[in-house]
Amino acid sequence: MFTSSGGGAATQAPAQAGRHRVAPSSTVAIEVSNVSKRFRKHSEPAKTLKERLLTLRQSTVSEFHALRDVDFNVNVGETFGILGHNGSGKSTLLKCIAGTIRPSAGVIRVRGRLSALLELGAGFHPDLTGRENIFLNGSILGFSKEHIESIFDEIVDFSGLQEFIDTQVKHYSSGMYARLGFAVAVNLEPDVLLIDEVLAVGDEAFQRKCIERVRGFQAAGRTICLVTHAPDMVRFLCDRAVVLDHGSLIHVGDVNDAVTIYRRSLAAQGHEVPADDQDMLDKIATSGPASPVRLVRTWVEPPPGGVAHRPGDRVVIGVEYEAEPGMTVRARMAVHTHDGVQMVNVSTYDIAGADLKADSHLNQARIIIEDIPFMDGHYLVTMVLQQPDETREYARSDQAATFDVSSGGPVLGRVALHFGLETGPTDAVTVVS
Amino acid sequence: MTAFTNTELPPLLENGTRPPGFFARVADIWAYRDLLGNLVRRELKVKYKNSVLGFVWTLLNPLLYLVIFTVVFSVILNNPTPRYGLLLLSALLAFNLFSVGLTAATTSITANGPLVQKVWFPREILPLAAIGANLITFFFQMTILVVGLVIFRQPPEWGMLWLLPPALLLTLLIGAGLGLMLSALNVYFRDVQHFLELGLLTWFWLTPVVYPFHLVAVALNGRFGDGAERLAMLNPMIPIIITFQRVLYNPTNFNAPDQQEQFAEMIHRSNLWYVENLGISAVFALIFVWAGYKVFSRLEGNLGEEL
Repeated sequence: MFTSSGGGAATQAPAQAGRHRVAPSSTVAIEVSNVSKRFRKHSEPAKTLKERLLTLRQSTVSEFHALRDVDFNVNVGETFGILGHNGSGKSTLLKCIAGTIRPSAGVIRVRGRLSALLELGAGFHPDLTGRENIFLNGSILGFSKEHIESIFDEIVDFSGLQEFIDTQVKHYSSGMYARLGFAVAVNLEPDVLLIDEVLAVGDEAFQRKCIERVRGFQAAGRTICLVTHAPDMVRFLCDRAVVLDHGSLIHVGDVNDAVTIYRRSLAAQGHEVPADDQDMLDKIATSGPASPVRLVRTWVEPPPGGVAHRPGDRVVIGVEYEAEPGMTVRARMAVHTHDGVQMVNVSTYDIAGADLKADSHLNQARIIIEDIPFMDGHYLVTMVLQQPDETREYARSDQAATFDVSSGGPVLGRVALHFGLETGPTDAVTVVS
Repeated sequence: MTAFTNTELPPLLENGTRPPGFFARVADIWAYRDLLGNLVRRELKVKYKNSVLGFVWTLLNPLLYLVIFTVVFSVILNNPTPRYGLLLLSALLAFNLFSVGLTAATTSITANGPLVQKVWFPREILPLAAIGANLITFFFQMTILVVGLVIFRQPPEWGMLWLLPPALLLTLLIGAGLGLMLSALNVYFRDVQHFLELGLLTWFWLTPVVYPFHLVAVALNGRFGDGAERLAMLNPMIPIIITFQRVLYNPTNFNAPDQQEQFAEMIHRSNLWYVENLGISAVFALIFVWAGYKVFSRLEGNLGEEL
C-alpha cells in the first residue's frame, strides 16, 4: 500500500513541475538531416593569388571533419541544447543552422525567422550610438524599421541603458555591449532563437533577466537552440539535448542522459569535468527580485540511521520560504531519478486540499512521504513555489536536494512492491507469504 | 494546446540558400531594403563621425578640385578650355561615383568580416550599400557643380537633361556588377583590391575626364576612318562621361570659334548619337551585372568560412 497524507498520487501532473509551458509540438522547427562539414586546412591559408599559384602543385591541403553525419530535429516550441567539448563542432553546427556557413553534405531547414545570438553585438558598429545600433542590428536580423520602432522602448528598458542610448557603443563596457545585444535579439521575438554561450555574460542580475526572458520565450511557444558547454544550463533550461563529440552526435534526446554522456565524453578525453554550478543556478532560480516569495532552502531529512533510505521508509522533504505574512503559496515538488524519469509530481494542494499560508516572514513546510515505494537509486528533488492558481512561478529550484534509496535486497526495478506468493497443486492451494 | 497550428506556421525552408534565379534574388534584396538603407546610413555616418566638419568634408573635396584644376590648367598651363574646372567636375563626379563606389564595394565583405561570419543576410547587400553610400555622396557633391554653374551663369542643356538619369543608372549598374564580382573574389584573393587600384587608375586615364573627348574622336577617326569614334564606346564609362559633360557643362555656352573647335565632336552630335552610345554602355552594364550575379552566387556560400 502506498499512502501519502491526505491525497493520492498526482496522475495528471505536468511533465515538468510547475513550469507553465506550451507543450512542444511535434512540428519540426529545425531539421538537421545528415549534415557533414569538412574544412580544408591549409598549412597556412594562401590568401594571395601568388601564394595560391605557388602552392597549387604541392597540395598541402588536408581535410578536417568538423561535423560528421549529424541528424536531428528540433520541434516548434522546444528548448534544445547542444552540448559538446571545445572543438566538438557545436559552434560549426550553430553557424550552419544560422546559415553563415554551408554544410558540405546534408540539408538544414528552418521554419520561420531566425535570430542568432552567435556573438553578442556582432552587428554593432563601435562608432554608432546605441540607438543607431539597435536599428542597424535589427535590420541585419531581417526586421523592418517599423517593427523595431514599435519595440524600441522595450529593448532600451530591457537593456537598462536608457542614459547611454545616445552614446557611441565604443564607450560601452563589454557588459553593456552584451546587454544591448541580448536586448535586441530577444525583444525582436524571432520564431527561432539561437544562443551561443552568451548567457554567461553580464552580472547575475542581468543573467537572471536573460533567463526570465528565455522562460518567457518558452512560454510563448517559441523555439530555442542553446549551445553551451555548461551542462547545468542545459538541464536547467532545455527540453531535449544532443551531445557532440569530435563532430559526431553521441546522444540525442533526454537532457539528463545528455549531461551524463557529456561528462563521460569529457572524462574520456582527460578533460577536467566541470563542477555543478548549482549555486549560481539556484540563485537565479530562487531570487527573482520582483518575486514576493523567496525560496530559502529545500532539504530531505536524513534517514534514521545511515546514508540511504530503505524502501517503505518515511521520507520528509522540507522547504523554507520567505513571504509576506498572510500570503498563500503553493509548493510543488517533483522527484526525478538521476536519469530523468519523473517518479512523482505533487503540490501541497494535492496533498492537503488547501494552500500554504505564510504565518510569518520565514515559513517552513514539510512534505511527508509515509511509505516510500522507490527502489535503489539516487533521487533528485525539484521544488517550485507558485501562486495558488498556478499562473505564476514565484521561485524554483531544480535538483534542490537529493536522497538515496537502497533496498539491500535481490529484487530489481524502480518500485518497491509488497509481494505475495501462492503455490501448490491446482486442487489445494497453500498460501505462503 | 500548441501555440500555433500548422497553417499559421511559416514553411520549413533550407537556410542560407538563395532563391534560384536572378529576379527572385532581386526580390530577396528588396525584402532587406531596410538593412540596405541602414547600412548606407551607417557608411555615411561613420565616415565623418568624430570629425568637426563632418559632412562638409564631402563638399570640400570637389571644391578643391574645382580650384586646383582651374588654377593649374587655366592659369598655369594656359589651357584654352573655358571654365575648365566646371568641365572637369561634370565628368569627375560621375567617374568618382563609379570608381570610389567600386573600390568600397570590393572591400565591403572583407571589411564586414565579423558580421558575415555571424549573421546571415543576403551578402550582396554589403557591396550594394557601399555603392549606395557613394550615390548619396555624389548627390551632395553635385551641389558644388550646380552652385558653380549658377555663379558663372552657365545653363545646362535643358533639352538633354533627361539623358542624365539613365546615364546615372548605368554608372550604378556597372559599379554594382563589377562590385558584386570583385567583392566576392576579394574574399578569396586579397590581391583583387590592390589590382583594382591599378585597374581604376588605368581606366581613369582611358576615359576623357581630364582631357576632352574631342581628342579621342579625332585620333580614332584619323586612324580608322569616319565613325570610328564609336570604338571609344568599348570603354563603357565614356558614353556616360560625355553625356554628363554635354548636358551639365553644355559646351554650346561658348561661341568663340576656337572654343567651338575643341567641343566639335560633342556639340554636333544628335541626341540619338548619345542614346546609342548609352545603349552600348547598357549592354556592358547588363553583362557586368549578369557576370557579377553568377560569380557572386557561385562564391557566396563559402564567404563565411573563407574570411
